[in-house]
This record gives sequence, C-alpha cells and structure tokens, in this order.
Amino acid sequence: MDRTLSSFIRALRAAGAEVSTGEAIDAARVLAMIGYGDKSELKTAFSLVLAKTLPEKAIHDRVFDLFFSAPATADATSSPDPDDDSATDKAGASEVEQLMSLVRGAGGGNADQLMAEIAQAAESAGVDDIRFPSQIPYYVRQTMQQMGIAPLEARLRDLLLSPSPQTHQEATDLAAARDALQRHVRVRVDQRFQLFGKPATESFLSDVAVNRALGRMGSADLERMKIAVARMAKRLATKHSRRRRITSRGKLDLRGTLRANASHDFIPFNLVLKYKRRDKPRIVAICDVSASVSQQAHFLLLFLYALRDTITDLSTFAFSSQLYDIAAPLDTLPFDDAMAFILQEYGSGSTDYGQAFADLADRHWDLIDRRTTVLILGDGRSNQTDPRLDLFREMSERAKRVIWLCPEPPGRWGTGDSCMLQYRTFATHVSHCTSAVDIERAIDEALEAYV
Amino acid sequence: MQKTKPLPATDALASIDAITAALETVGYISTKPISTALYLAHHLRKPVLIEGPAGVGKTDLAISAAKALQFALLRLQCYEGLDDSKALYEWKYGKQLLYTQILKDKIGHVVGSTDTMDQAFGKLKSFQDLFFSRDFLEARPLLQAMEQGAGSVLLIDEVDKSDEAFEALLLEVLADYQVTIPEIGTIQAQVPPLVILTSNDTRELGDALKRRCLHLHIGFPDAALETRVVRARVPAISETLLAQMVAFVQALRAENIRKPPSIAESVDWARTLILMHASQLDEAMVRDTLNVLLKRQSDILAVQDRLPDLSRRARERT
Repeated sequence: MDRTLSSFIRALRAAGAEVSTGEAIDAARVLAMIGYGDKSELKTAFSLVLAKTLPEKAIHDRVFDLFFSAPATADATSSPDPDDDSATDKAGASEVEQLMSLVRGAGGGNADQLMAEIAQAAESAGVDDIRFPSQIPYYVRQTMQQMGIAPLEARLRDLLLSPSPQTHQEATDLAAARDALQRHVRVRVDQRFQLFGKPATESFLSDVAVNRALGRMGSADLERMKIAVARMAKRLATKHSRRRRITSRGKLDLRGTLRANASHDFIPFNLVLKYKRRDKPRIVAICDVSASVSQQAHFLLLFLYALRDTITDLSTFAFSSQLYDIAAPLDTLPFDDAMAFILQEYGSGSTDYGQAFADLADRHWDLIDRRTTVLILGDGRSNQTDPRLDLFREMSERAKRVIWLCPEPPGRWGTGDSCMLQYRTFATHVSHCTSAVDIERAIDEALEAYV
Repeated sequence: MQKTKPLPATDALASIDAITAALETVGYISTKPISTALYLAHHLRKPVLIEGPAGVGKTDLAISAAKALQFALLRLQCYEGLDDSKALYEWKYGKQLLYTQILKDKIGHVVGSTDTMDQAFGKLKSFQDLFFSRDFLEARPLLQAMEQGAGSVLLIDEVDKSDEAFEALLLEVLADYQVTIPEIGTIQAQVPPLVILTSNDTRELGDALKRRCLHLHIGFPDAALETRVVRARVPAISETLLAQMVAFVQALRAENIRKPPSIAESVDWARTLILMHASQLDEAMVRDTLNVLLKRQSDILAVQDRLPDLSRRARERT
C-alpha cells in the first residue's frame, strides 16, 4: 500500500474513526481504480469504503480535507532520490542556489515542487509523531534542517557579519527566502499536528476526564465529557442490545409447530421450540438535583439519554423536595437547555427525600413493578426530615432492584443529617460514585439484571 | 471467489458518469456519491449498505439500477423472525414425501435381488442422496441470486428489521457470494449479483456486516436536486409551481417537526397540487393538502401558525 494512503488511514484512526485492515485494503483497491487525480471523486469513494456511520463520515470528510489540502504525497511528484545525500558534503553556493530557486519558484506559482520537498523533509523529520502544540517550532526547525537550510543560513550569517553595500541585496533575498520557507514549513507542520497530534492529545485528556471527580469539572472538560459519555454509552448499548430472546431447549411449541408444518399436511418436519422473551429493561431514575449533587445528576441523565435506544422504557424524575417528572423537558429541549431548566425550576428547594418518595408513591407507584430497576442518585442528606423508610422499603420490595449512587465517600455516610446507612439496608446495591466511569459501571450493572 | 466468471461487460457500469446517465434514462436522478457507490460495488464486488431516512429513494435505487442495467431484480424483504428457510432455501418436503410413496413399490425390486442385509443396505445407500438433491430444493431469493446466469441486482430491504441471527447468516453470502447447503455442498454465484441492502436505522447493524459493505448515506436532497427529481417524476408540473413547492418543502424541513417530509412526499405533493389545478402556492391550498407532506397530526399542528409565513416566502422565491 502506498505511504500516503497508510498515513491517511493512520490520521483517520487518530481522529477516532475505526478503520479495519480489510477496509484499508478496500481503500487501496479504490485508489488503484480512481487515483489521486480527482480529489472530490476520491473523497466520495473513500467515504463509502472507510466511514460506516454518519459521525464517521463527518470525521472522514474533515480529515480528508485537512490531509489533502496541500499536495501531501512526496512520491506523487518526481523528486530526486532522497537518499542521494552526497550533496550535503559539497555544501556551498550550488545548494543555496537550489533552495533559493525552489522558494522563488513557489512565489512564482510553481508551489507543487516546494510543497513536495517540504512534505518529504517533514516526514524524514518524523513530524507525524507530534503530540503537543508546543512541539511545532521544534519540528519546523527539524524539517528546515532536513531541507538543507544550514548552508543558506551560514551564508546569511557571513553576509550580515561583514555588511557591505554590494552584498546587501543578496542578504535581503536570503533572509526573505528563509522566512518564506519557514512559513510554508510551519503550515505543513501545523497541518500534521491537526491530523495526528491533536486527536491523540484529545483522547488522552478524555481518558483522564472520565476518571476525574464529576463535581470538579471545568467547562472545557464538559464538552470533552459529552463525547466520552457518548462513546461509553455506545459500548453499553452494543453490550446490552444483543440477545432479546432465549430458546429454552426441549420445550415444544405445539401451536407454532402445527402452523409451521401446515404445508406438509401437519407432519412435523420442522419443530418450533418455545422461547423466553427477555424482559426489556425498565429504568426509573430519581435524581437529587439540589446544588450539592447536581453535577452528578447531570451526567447520569446524560448517560441515560445517550442510551435511549437501548432503554426504551425510561422514566426520569428530579427532586429537591417535591418530585417532578422531567421527561418532557429532556425530550423536547436540547440536553444542555433541558438541564439548565431542570436545575433552575426544581433544584432550589431544601432537600427532602421523604417528600420525594411520598410523591413517587402517590403518583407513579404503578411504574415500579418486578421488572423495574430504580436508580437513585443522591447523598441521602434529608435535612432532618422523615426519610420515609417505610416507603423506601416498600419500593425496594416491589422493584427488581434498587441501585443507589452516592457521590459522598462511604466514610461520611451516616454523619450529620445523612440517612445513607438506613437507606442502605433496603437498597439492593449502594455504590460510591464520583466519576463517569462509576456511572457507567452502575448502569452496566442495572442492565445486567435483564438477561 | 477466483472461480467466478468475469462480470458481463455492461457499458453502463464502465464509469461513474455512465451510471448516472443510465439511471437518468429510467427516471432516477442520481448524485455523485450514489453513482460512485454503484460503480465501486460492481468493480470491487462489494455489497452497498444504504442508510437514510424513509422515502429518500433507497429501495428505488435498487429497482432503478436493475431496470437501467437490464438485470433481474431479486428482492428480499426483511422482517423480525425471517430465517434461512425463507431467505436461502427450503427442502420440498411434500414432494419428497410424495416420491417416497411412489417409490415404495420399487424398493422391493431394488432390494429383492440381494441376499444379505448388508447388501440390501449398501444398495439403498446409493439412492439416499436422491431426496436431498437440487430437484427437491426450493430456492429462496438469496440462493436464486447465486444461481442467476446473467447479472442481477439483489435487494435486501430493511435489513435492520431482521434479527441479529439473520445478519450473521448474510455474512457468508455477502463476503463470498456463496451459499452452503450441508446436504449438497457450497453453491458459488455464477455471476456475483449487485447487492444492495437498505436500512432505516431501527437498530444499529453489527460491525461485521458493515465492514463487508460499502456504506452510502442518502439524506434529504438540496433544493437543486429536489427540483430535478420532482421534474423527472412529475413532468406535468409548471416551473413556477415547482420552484415554489420545492422552496416550501425545503423550509418545512428546517421547522421543528418529528418526521420531516422526504422526497417521496414531495413527489406525492406535486401530484396532488397538479390534481387540484394549482398554478401558484397559496396558503389555503397548502393548508388543505398539508397531510400529504406531514404524516403526523402533531407535526401538522406544530406548523399551523407558520404556514402563512412559509407559503408567502415560498411564493417570493419566484
């Protein structure tokens, strides 16, 4: 496979599109058919072969434009043998002249030659390993050295040290050429950073972010988290959307068998077995949205809403004292606006868990049956009000499972006005939840019960 | 795969532009990605998976391609519970049963001349395969497509509606263009069919399936394309009305509605407007015929207030 293509595929993978080896081979076959000639045609064709979802197509188009914005192929233009480095020894006027004419040529509209040389030099300088923006100047310098800037600079230094009217013009020319070259190289290095460095940095940062405590998120992290959460949700969805039905071996479905064999005079050639339909997950999420835990509630809801295709039977409630059904704002508004609305409308009262459970029992008790998993997110601090353990216990008996996510560490449960220890007695599972990974694990566990 | 004969050299498949032209002769307005997909599908021998909203011409592409290339069209409509006996092949049990009855008397003759049990068994064994031969096999669309002598288009419609088990079954057919029947062996496609799968995104398809396919996404058309499509499908429409209705539909898609109208609805609406002898788009006319474009009552209610504005702006386009 040619180097440009494999480098393009590496850039795609760095940007988060999953490209398998098989798809890479297909791309090579496409390239053999279409060639580099018509860029827009190649883009369309690559997008058919390499990107298999809508988000991946968006990534592909962006990376393609970035990657092929400059003539990226060193081998596309016939440049002299790169290994022929003997020129370096006989340094001096001829090489300076060569570089100068190259740069001058670019100014005169013949940019391809220069770009190809830069691309090649940048590759020898290892620019594709770039990771951080602070490395850009370093790689610019390395690339220029690969192109043989040294003799030119030596000559420039000589001229500047012994200035004379005759050489003034030459010095100006040399300086201008050097600056022009540097500009071009910088564009190239910057492009490579966008392709290879930035995605790598991003994915590193989101790996860090998903493990960080949710309470301490900056606004820059929030955007990153959204992408990470979407990815985690997709993982959960693929894991749990498999196998809706389980054949129970050996139990004959008599009616089904007769129906299937009607065309054979009811002689049972095909046996139809009974199967159990797997329960669809039904999840009732109850989130404390008072100021102390609102950030965690935000992410739990983000997760659940990213999983809407898998969890079709989802009810969401928010409370600080009274309980509100928040399906309507989440369904109609964009997620961020919905969250802002919920926090503003329902998050201001003083926390009262007992009241919330009483409201649930009054209005939505029928949602909770033996198929339901109740997810509760909160710190269990109920401001000395009646925690209504009787209702909580009844809920726990009605539901399949009750999972409590508590943002406080276990050491602080039961201190002050915390009722966590009392609630814990009746919950199926209580977990300390600080990061996005914890939330993922809790939801995974909730869905695990529906096998 | 190497064993298969080369594909029939059809001029229409020679280049991307040729495909666009061929599709246009049967009234399908193609775009660059669509034609490229068919071109690559033919030359790389890969199936095309088409995704996109309902009514943008996914199924129609397969039907039109078959028509334009003069290929046989084999269609497999997917649904929940579709299995190999409906998609691949089935044994003709009735016929087998009938033959057993007919041949019953003959068995006496065959076995009569033998002396020992072993010999009789040996004789019978040589007839065993008779009942599980090609004559007793009922070919379903996938197997039919493998057996086509000339080129064919195999349309696997709404593959997302089928079960995951069926998806797995498709893999062999799509990757190697062959069907394995345990009793007979592997049947290799004589001429690999042009395979087109469509999906409405009811569920996410498996990665294994996607990796074997070219992936084409057809979205809602832009104004220029939509104009061409409607003109091709409803030639009787006047240019004024066409420009106005396309502008209206384009604007309507930007509104906050659950199920935006797609190209199929635009074409229906164009036909409706002609039937109503409309020469201009006016608000009353739009109000009366809106149910052709929007299929949900909630959507119709949602845009009620915007109708005067939308139809006025559509009229101003000309």
